[in-house]
Amino acid sequence: MTIREIMELLDAKVLACEESLDHDVHSACGSDMMSDVLAYVKDQAVLLTGLVNSQVVRTAEMMDMRCIVFVRSKQPTPEILELAQESGIVVLATSKRMYEACGKLYSSGLKPEAVGDVQ
Amino acid sequence: MNDAVVLHFDVDGENFTSAGEASVQVKKTLRQMGFPPEVIRRVSIAMYEGEINMVIHAGGGKADVTVDSDKIHIVLADKGPGIADIDLAMQEGYSTAKDNIRSLGFGAGMGLPNMKRYSDHMEVESALGKGTTITMDIYLS
Ligand SMILES: Nc1ncnc2c1ncn2[C@@H]1O[C@H](COP(=O)(O)OP(=O)(O)OP(=O)(O)O)[C@@H](O)[C@H]1O
Ligand SMILES: [Mg+2]
Repeated sequence: MTIREIMELLDAKVLACEESLDHDVHSACGSDMMSDVLAYVKDQAVLLTGLVNSQVVRTAEMMDMRCIVFVRSKQPTPEILELAQESGIVVLATSKRMYEACGKLYSSGLKPEAVGDVQ
Repeated sequence: MNDAVVLHFDVDGENFTSAGEASVQVKKTLRQMGFPPEVIRRVSIAMYEGEINMVIHAGGGKADVTVDSDKIHIVLADKGPGIADIDLAMQEGYSTAKDNIRSLGFGAGMGLPNMKRYSDHMEVESALGKGTTITMDIYLS
């Protein structure tokens, strides 16, 4: 699905990198621990998280992710949004909680993260 | 033709927000140099984990990255508290991070094992009260 479809499914707002809303993404993961994202995530293009700091953007960038969805109405700072814009990562914000947001995307066909060894 | 590209960074230990800037810069440079995405990803993640560790556990340090014809060589050196038991620290899930670090999204005890996994060769040298130096190589086949 496209990032735009994710935005619509989650009633989300786009806060950065709007120009990339029509990118296609195939899988997603949800976590508040960047440690776990770095260790377990493989090729997921979308990160749903309730954590808001600049390391969310850097982690997404290191993992070659395309989109961050902040759940529970979290408000990223202008600095965070600027980082995302520079890195070409779309930022969405939804009022839905993690469980519901993940559930919606899952049941609409966005694949879960493949947990496992990368090498 | 064999000129190695050398990058040096001072990693600020006082500023969690800027942590990872060196890794972002290395990633950009490797992209410009046209390395395969998989190599770039391995270097990025391994270095980012190490950079974050220097900030949250050691009060900052220095990062040196050398891009050679056959490998990418990363040295992360700090003058932090050192690691008492390196074998223990290398185990998945071992962490001394407190709640304040967990609330920032780190401290699962996965960083060092992840650095080992993404590098082809890794060495950890550490002395209590003196600091830690981590060397990683990613080979370019
Ligand atoms: N540069 C360092 N200086 C001092 N201690 C370190 C350093 N790097 C790691 N350690 C010690 O080794 C432990 C394990 O490190 P590791 O990176 O695997 O996990 P973590 O940083 O605690 O959590 P995570 O990496 O999952 O966010 C740390 O909790 C810390 O005690
Ligand atoms: Mg760590």
